[in-house]
Amino acid sequence: MKLELRGITKRFGSLVANDRIDLTVEPGEIHALLGENGAGKSTLMNVLYGLYQADGGEVLLDGVVQHFEGPGDAMAAGIGMVHQHFMLIPVFTVAENVMLGNESTKAVGVLDLDAARAKVNEISARFGFHVDPDALIENLPVGIQQRVEIIKALSRDAHVLVFDEPTAVLTPQETDELMGMMRRLKEAGTSIVFITHKLREVREVADRITVIRLGKVVGEAAPTATNAELASMMVGRAVELTVHKEEPKLGEPALVVEGLTAVDHIGQLVVNDVSFTVRRGEILAVAGVQGNGQTELTEALLGLQPRVHGSIKLDGVELTGAGVRKILESGVGFVPEDRNEDGLVGGFTIAENLMLDRSESPPFVRAGNLQRGVLAEFARRTIEEFDIRAQEPEELVEQLSGGNQQKVVLARELSRELRLLVAAQPTRGVDVGSIEFIHKRIVSARDQGVPVVVVSTELDEVEALADRIMVMYRGRIVGIVPGGTPRDVLGLMMAGEVPAEGAAA
Amino acid sequence: MSTTADQRPIAPQPVALDTTVVTSWKAPIAFGIFTLLLLALAAFAPQPGDTTYRLSLPNDVIQLPELTVPAMPALWTVVVLLAGATAYSAFLVRSKRRVPLWLVVVYAILFMFGFLTWAGAGASLPMIGLLFGSLSLAVPLIFGSLAGVIGERAGVVNIAIEGQLLAGAFTAAVVASVTDQPLLGLVAAMVAGMLVGMVLAAFSIKYFVDQVIVGVVLNVLVVGLTSFFYSQVLAPNAATLNTPPRFDRLPIPVLSEIPIIGPVLFRQTLVVYLMYIAVALVWFGLFKTRWGLRVRAVGEHPQAADTVGINVNRTRFWNVALAGSIAGLGGTFFTIGSGIAFNREMTAGAGFIALAAVIFGQWDPIKATLAALLFGFASNLQNTLSVIGSPVPSEFMLMLPYVVTIFAVAGFVGKSRAPAADGKPYIKS
Repeated sequence: MKLELRGITKRFGSLVANDRIDLTVEPGEIHALLGENGAGKSTLMNVLYGLYQADGGEVLLDGVVQHFEGPGDAMAAGIGMVHQHFMLIPVFTVAENVMLGNESTKAVGVLDLDAARAKVNEISARFGFHVDPDALIENLPVGIQQRVEIIKALSRDAHVLVFDEPTAVLTPQETDELMGMMRRLKEAGTSIVFITHKLREVREVADRITVIRLGKVVGEAAPTATNAELASMMVGRAVELTVHKEEPKLGEPALVVEGLTAVDHIGQLVVNDVSFTVRRGEILAVAGVQGNGQTELTEALLGLQPRVHGSIKLDGVELTGAGVRKILESGVGFVPEDRNEDGLVGGFTIAENLMLDRSESPPFVRAGNLQRGVLAEFARRTIEEFDIRAQEPEELVEQLSGGNQQKVVLARELSRELRLLVAAQPTRGVDVGSIEFIHKRIVSARDQGVPVVVVSTELDEVEALADRIMVMYRGRIVGIVPGGTPRDVLGLMMAGEVPAEGAAA
Repeated sequence: MSTTADQRPIAPQPVALDTTVVTSWKAPIAFGIFTLLLLALAAFAPQPGDTTYRLSLPNDVIQLPELTVPAMPALWTVVVLLAGATAYSAFLVRSKRRVPLWLVVVYAILFMFGFLTWAGAGASLPMIGLLFGSLSLAVPLIFGSLAGVIGERAGVVNIAIEGQLLAGAFTAAVVASVTDQPLLGLVAAMVAGMLVGMVLAAFSIKYFVDQVIVGVVLNVLVVGLTSFFYSQVLAPNAATLNTPPRFDRLPIPVLSEIPIIGPVLFRQTLVVYLMYIAVALVWFGLFKTRWGLRVRAVGEHPQAADTVGINVNRTRFWNVALAGSIAGLGGTFFTIGSGIAFNREMTAGAGFIALAAVIFGQWDPIKATLAALLFGFASNLQNTLSVIGSPVPSEFMLMLPYVVTIFAVAGFVGKSRAPAADGKPYIKS
């Protein structure tokens, strides 16, 4: 089926998310839509899928103008979507999720689960998906969950499949498998729209590439274009894709973690007997697929996990069991994984957010009173130093872009005397320009002798920053390898395979 | 080292992590406290005499013999057994194991037996009456909790159960009095409950008003309206407007003659039989039909439901309305179900107890029904004991259902999980 978008425009208030976008996808073609976070890719696809109503322009399928009131209409017309955040119900089985909204029933609306199972089995056999129709979604790894999303779309006879940032949650191996599936679908005649900001994947699988920036199409490219060409189209200027960093000047061991175990409320060992050391002036990158204990590890370091055994020593001082405030006072800086949830108070100003963790003592608070003058001066300085793009220190944080919000978090943490920096997903949902800046600041903290732990699920980031790489899988350490270890080795480790001897650092 | 060209499929593998047991001392501590309680009764307030359990009604076809136990020896035996159970549970927790459910159930039954034996010493306990009354008092709670389950499964917290029960009770009384047809009263009660449900749905789903606040306000509103009409209209014209006929008892042949079960379950009114059917239907509907799949989907992950073409807010609206009509049906129990005239605030918090049953029952219609039965038993125990002249002060006994509720909800709910989108409005951008 041939898909055409003509002049699609979508506004949110004064923001033009999509500005007269044209896009054509031929039958049996993989068309990549490349752009930064916030460039308007997902908005465009939500218009296509009927989730948003466009303010202008039209959608055509095989030359016929379509009017989608909701996703139901889009699906009926043959459009399927594999969402970035899977649209699956965790407590339902695979078969129930696949049939939802399109149920086969016996008399009086009784579900015909056998028919749904048969459908799942038939589609997964056709494309080699290996999915158990009776498994509960919440018990499946994300790679399999994504297959369920694909099966769901195919079970409704989708001829156009939209993949919205499908590789964000996958291991490199799973990503390669996904690419294989996309090629098989393409051979079967399905048109595919592949939304991503990852250059490597685009060049590997796409037949054509459309680049959008700030809601506008800025050009088309062939898959033969280089990374640098694509990146500069995406960002609008030449960007340095690799951080320049000196050899580390290693000091004393600073953070010593031994036998650290964290137990969640139902008794799962989310961090399982983890031991490692980080030296002064070193960046240890913690790699792994999302949800393998990295989040809980950083929370345990900060004293946020309730049931922790083992030992965490910073410069010889035991931190296990100490409260969060005590740990912060001992010089731990923390960039949480989800800045909106844990890092910032959206309804506070930039200045207020910059002093969130220093509300106990001078200079910002004296005798219980906020020192507005001191704070304003500090905020002005910090905003300039960290290149936070804002009109004034009194601007609300929720009005900033993701990149600038993240700079506020980083600025707060780095403007203290630090003896350890823990940064979880420091560049998630951040534009390429800000990524460059954040990486530089993390490296410069290291060069000043601060030990740094960076958790990242993006191998690009791990490669860019790491002096050593620790890979976690199901709460355990698979191995600790030197920075610069090849991606395929890391990929296997992220799937739980212990590296061959000689690779350990 | 193989490279990325390797195309072997990764077989679905469980993501289960290694686990350890998170032990909780809740059960042994609670066991200990209740054991000490009985011990204190046995030691400081001994009751002489025998306790007689009557297991049949006088005119039953099959007569079971009465069960007579000497009160104090029986109580001491129970205390020893309970102490043993407490020690065993403490041993389990110490050795990092969970306290199994059967132990809790055995403990609870033993405790009840010990307590009843003590309280009924020197008298005879009408067990059929106790259980029959428990079921009757549980009827509005069960209907209310079904209404709560449906609402919350669809993602709307139904705090207005109390108001829906009360509206049902009022409307049933008036319509049945005027028409002299209890069935019409029943239908009218369902309509009244549905209207209250629709107001809740409209405000919380269409206008995104906080569901809890709308629910509370609706309760107050219904109390005010019914009290107003009661004092201004019903009371002066009680003969025509507030003398509802009652549903007759309809014993089911054969079944009603089964010892114990028959008189308790199968000599009831239409409202109670409707309750059995409603529980079964709601359970079957929620878990076996398209309706239920969609209701649960919009309550768990509305956006996912939306992306497969389900109209989330419409689904929620009609199910909250349905829930309201079920609660309204439950309200009939207070008036035409029992043949009692309407009185102001006669539901007396049953809707809130029903809400507790929803949570205690882990959002499952069957478990919520069992929870409601437990609460009904606690209420009726109080009635029965005051009739036979128990030594417990009646104020304490009046507290019993609520104490049970707090313990049940706070302490022993276990690992339950509310529907993920429960109470959250679905706002499309």
